[in-house]
Amino acid sequence: MARTITMREAVNEALDQEMARDPSVVLMGEDIVGGAGSPGEDDAWGGVLGVTKGLYAKYGRERLLDTPLSESAYIGAAIGAATCGLRPVAELMFIDFMGVCFDQIYNQAAKFRYMFGGKAETPVTIRAMVGAGFRAAAQHSQMLTPLFTHIPGLKVVCPSTPYDTKGLLAAAIRDNDPVIFCEHKAMYDMSGDVPEGTYTIPLGEAEVVREGNDCTIVAYGLMVHRALEAAQALSTESISCEVIDLRTLSPLDLDTVLESVESTGRLVCVDEATPRCNIAADVSAQVTQQAFSALQAGIQMVTAPHTPVPFSPVLEDAYIPSAAKVASAVRRTMGKE
Amino acid sequence: MTAGEGITPVVMPKWGLSMKEGKVVDWLVADGDDIAVGTELMDVETDKINGTVEAPDAGRLRRLVAEEGQTYPVKALLGVLADESVSDADIDAFIASYVVPVEEEESDEDVYAFAEVGGIKVRYSRQGSTDGKTVVLLHGFGGDLDNWLFNMGPLAAVADVVALDLPGHGQSAVTLPEASVEALTGFVSAFLDGLGVEQAHLVGHSLGAAVAAQLALDQPERVAGLVLVAPAGFGPEINMDYIDGFVGAASKKDLKPVLAQLFADESLVTRSLIDGVLRYKRLDGVGDLLAALAAGVFPDGRQASQPGLDLDPGRLPVTVVWGSDDQVIPVAHADAVPDGATVVVLEKAGHMVQMERAGEVNELLLAQLG
Amino acid sequence: MADNPFPLDRDRLLAAYRTMRTIREFEDRLHVDFSRGDIPGFVHLYAGEEAAATGIMMHLRPTDRIASTHRGHGHCIAKGVDPRRMMKEIYGRKGGSCEGKGGSMHIAELDVGMMGANGILGAGAPLACGAALAAKMRGDGDVAISFVGDGASNQGTFLESLNLAAVWDLPAIFVVENNAYAESTSRSYAVAVESYVDRASGFGLPGVSVDGTDFFAVYEAAGEIIDRARRGGGPALLECEMVRFHGHFEGDAQTYRAPGEQEELRKTRNCLTRFRSAVTEAGVLTDAELDAIDAEALALIDEAVVGALAAPEPTADDLLTDVYVSY
Repeated sequence: MARTITMREAVNEALDQEMARDPSVVLMGEDIVGGAGSPGEDDAWGGVLGVTKGLYAKYGRERLLDTPLSESAYIGAAIGAATCGLRPVAELMFIDFMGVCFDQIYNQAAKFRYMFGGKAETPVTIRAMVGAGFRAAAQHSQMLTPLFTHIPGLKVVCPSTPYDTKGLLAAAIRDNDPVIFCEHKAMYDMSGDVPEGTYTIPLGEAEVVREGNDCTIVAYGLMVHRALEAAQALSTESISCEVIDLRTLSPLDLDTVLESVESTGRLVCVDEATPRCNIAADVSAQVTQQAFSALQAGIQMVTAPHTPVPFSPVLEDAYIPSAAKVASAVRRTMGKE
Repeated sequence: MTAGEGITPVVMPKWGLSMKEGKVVDWLVADGDDIAVGTELMDVETDKINGTVEAPDAGRLRRLVAEEGQTYPVKALLGVLADESVSDADIDAFIASYVVPVEEEESDEDVYAFAEVGGIKVRYSRQGSTDGKTVVLLHGFGGDLDNWLFNMGPLAAVADVVALDLPGHGQSAVTLPEASVEALTGFVSAFLDGLGVEQAHLVGHSLGAAVAAQLALDQPERVAGLVLVAPAGFGPEINMDYIDGFVGAASKKDLKPVLAQLFADESLVTRSLIDGVLRYKRLDGVGDLLAALAAGVFPDGRQASQPGLDLDPGRLPVTVVWGSDDQVIPVAHADAVPDGATVVVLEKAGHMVQMERAGEVNELLLAQLG
Repeated sequence: MADNPFPLDRDRLLAAYRTMRTIREFEDRLHVDFSRGDIPGFVHLYAGEEAAATGIMMHLRPTDRIASTHRGHGHCIAKGVDPRRMMKEIYGRKGGSCEGKGGSMHIAELDVGMMGANGILGAGAPLACGAALAAKMRGDGDVAISFVGDGASNQGTFLESLNLAAVWDLPAIFVVENNAYAESTSRSYAVAVESYVDRASGFGLPGVSVDGTDFFAVYEAAGEIIDRARRGGGPALLECEMVRFHGHFEGDAQTYRAPGEQEELRKTRNCLTRFRSAVTEAGVLTDAELDAIDAEALALIDEAVVGALAAPEPTADDLLTDVYVSY
C-alpha cells in the first residue's frame, strides 16, 4: 500500500526490510540503538535524530552494534567485515566526520577491487547525514559529496524524496560495491508517498522531475526542491524549466542531462556544496565538453559560497542556495537578467 | 439564483478514488460557444492522469471561471453554462455564492479495502448505492483498478461498484494463484464469495475481459451481464512486443514507447502515468511475476484460451467495445464476437478505450445496466 | 633419531624451515634484482623476520584472516600465497596475485585469508576487527590477525582497534613486529611505553612479548593466544621483538644504523641459523635435509623470477577494469 511517510521513516523502513530479507545485513554506528551500558533505557536514542529507532526491538544488539567513538576503527571494521561475507551498513553520524576515517573509505574500501586484481568485493554501505539548515555550524553542516565522487571505486547517492530514499537505500545495501548514502538532515521530516512493499531504484539513474523547454536545471538533495520552487515561479514569467534530480552522484547519469540540454540549450547546475570542484563544476565541465554545440548560453552554477557554514541563522540562510538565486541564474541564461 | 434556474455549473470532476484536485491546462472552448452534452470543455491534469472535462448538459458557455495553469479542488466551480435569457448579474451572483462542497477528508484507508483470498491479500474499492445492481471492474495485464478512474464515478451514481487489483497487480500482494485465465477466474469467484456478492455485472478490460467471460461460462447464475472492453479471449493474436516490452522495461525511457502503444493519442502517456507504472514494476518480485503471467496466458506469443467465443448473448447480455486503433489486441477479433452481442468500435481510440473515450464507454456501461 | 623435544613433529618442523627459507630467498633475491633496477616501485623486505610470520601462521587455517603491512611478503608466503604469483605481481605482470594492479604493497589472496598487504600503516587493524567480527558472527572459531610495525603501533587506527576489539570481545590478535626502526626513527624515540605489554593492558587486552627471531618462542606464544581467541577468550596483543636485515625500503642507504649493524645481525640474530642449530643439535632433523630444502627454495625463487619476466604485461584495456563490481 502506498501511504505517506517521512524521509526518516523511509530510511528506517528500508533498513528494517533489508535486515529482514538478508541476515548478513548488520548495522553499526554511534548510538544507533543508544544507551549501551548505561543505567537507563536501551534504544534510548535510536540514532541521534531517531532514524534507527525501533530496529533494536526486532533485531537486538547482535545485528545493531553501538560503537565507541572511534570512526576509523568501526568504519574500517565495517569495511573489513564486508570483505568477509557480511553486508554491513555503517553510520557515519555526520559526513563532516569523514576526516577521521577517510583512509579506510578511500584508500581501503574504494581500492580493494582494483588493487587486488578484481577478486575482492566490498558490499559496505556507509550512511551519513549531510547538509546545512540546522544551525549546526561549520563542522556539522557540510555537503562533502564531491570528496567522495572524486574517488574511483566509491558510489555516492543523495536522494531528494522519501520514495527515492527507501528505494535507493535498499539498492545501495544490495549493491556489491562500497556506497556512500547521503541523508539530508533538513529533509528527514519531509513527507511523501511510499509503498509498503520492498522495492529498489537503480543506482546511476537521474530523474526528470519536471519537464520543460527553455532551460535545464540540474540539482540533487535539498536543492531539487529549491529548483522546483524556482521553476514554478519562472513558469509565471513564461519560462519553462526542466528540472533533473541526479539522485546518484557516482555513477553519474550524464546521458539524461545531455539529452535535456540538447533540447533546451541552457543549463543551470545547483549544488549545496562549496564551489571549488563540486558536482556543479563537474557536470558543467562534462556538458561543455560533450554538448558544446547544443548550448545557446554559458552554463550557470548556483552554489554555496567558498566559506565554512556559518552559525548565525541569517548567515546560514544566505549560505544555502535559494530558489530566488536559482531563478536568477535561469534568467541569466535566457539573457533576461 | 441557483443551479436549475437555467444555470448549469461545470465543476472539477473526481477521477478515481484518490483524486483531490486537478490543474486546468487548457480551455478547449470559448466564451459564448454553444455547448452540447458531452462536448470537451477543458484539459485537466491530475497527479495520476491527464483527462478532459466534458459538458454535463447543453447550454451556452457564459463564464470561464477556471484559469489555465491553476489548480482547483474536486467539485470546484470551473465554468457556468446558461442560456441567453439568464442575466450577467444573476450569473455573477451564482458564482459569488458558490461554495465548494467540503469533501470529507478521506484517507486512503477509508477509500480502499483489503481482503485475503486463498492466502493472497488484494486491494479493492467498493462504492456507490448499495441497493442497486453490483458491477465488478476487472483490469488487464499489468494494470490496476485505477485503469477505471474515469468510469467509477459515473457508475457509482447508479450502482454498487467493486473494483479489484488482481493478484500481483496494483497494491495487491505480489503473488499469483497460477498463471492462467482459469486460475484468475477462480480467484475472482472466491473474492466475490468473500464479499457476499451473489450476482453482478462484470466489466473486464483486456485480460480482465477474458476472466470475466470465463466466469460467465463457469457460473452463469452469477453473471447478470458482461461489458468487455478491448477484450482478450476472442482470438489468438496478442502484441507480444507490447507484452514483452512492458515486462522488460526498467526505466522511464524504456517504458514510454511501450505505454504509448496503449493509446491512440500518445500525449496521454504523461510523466506521472509512466512514473506510476514504474513504481509498480520496481516492487520486488513484480518483474518475475509478470513474466510468469505472460508465459502462462500468452504461451508462444498467442492467447492461450478464447472463452469469448463460447458466450451465448441470447441468454446473457454482452456488450463489446473496441478502439479502432488498438495496437495490443487487434480490433478484427470483434468480428468473432458471437451474434446477438452489442459490438461498438470507437474510431481513433486505442487499447485503453475506457480511458480515451470515457464518456462513450460510460454511456454503454450505463445502458447495459439499464 | 633422538626424541623430539619440540612442539611440532618432524614434518611440521621441515615445513616451518621451508617456509622461512622460502621467505629468506624470496627477499634476498628481490634485494639483488631491485638494486639492478629491474623492479618498479617500492619494495619493503622481510628478511630477518621470518620466524614471526611462520611461527604465527602455522597455527592458522585458510579461513582465518590476516591484515598485513607494507612489508608483507613474509606474511603472504607464510599464509600460503604462491611465490610465483607474488613475483609476477611485484614485476607488475598479468597472472600476478593482483593481475599486476596492486604491486608489492598490495598483494592479497583472499582465498587463503590474506586480506592484503597495505600501503597505509595501521590501516589493517580496523579491517582485521571487521574480519574478526564476521568470524564471531559465524561462530566457526576463526580468528583474524592484524600485523603492525613498531612505527604503526602509534597510529590512531591501531589504538582504536585495540579498544574496539576489547569492547566487542573479538577474536582479533594484534601482532606488533618490533624491528626497532620505523623507517629511520628508532622505536625507543617514538614509542612512549617501554613494553608493548603495558600498552596492551592500558587498552584492556592481555599482552605478551617474545623474541621474534626465536621460531619456537613465537610458535608457543602465538599458539596460546590464537587458541584462546578461537574458544571465545577474546583479543590479545603479541609483540615479536625482531630485526630486519635490509632497509625500510629498497634503496634505503640505512645510514641511521650503526656501521656494520646489518652484517652483525645476520650473524647473531639470524632466525634460520638459530632454528637449524636447535633442530640439528637435538638430532631431530639433519643438515642434509635442511640443505635440500635450501636448494629447493632457491630453485623455486629462480622459477618465480623467470616466470615473472616471461609473464605478459597488462594491456590498455586492463587499466579500466575492476574498479567496481558493476557501474
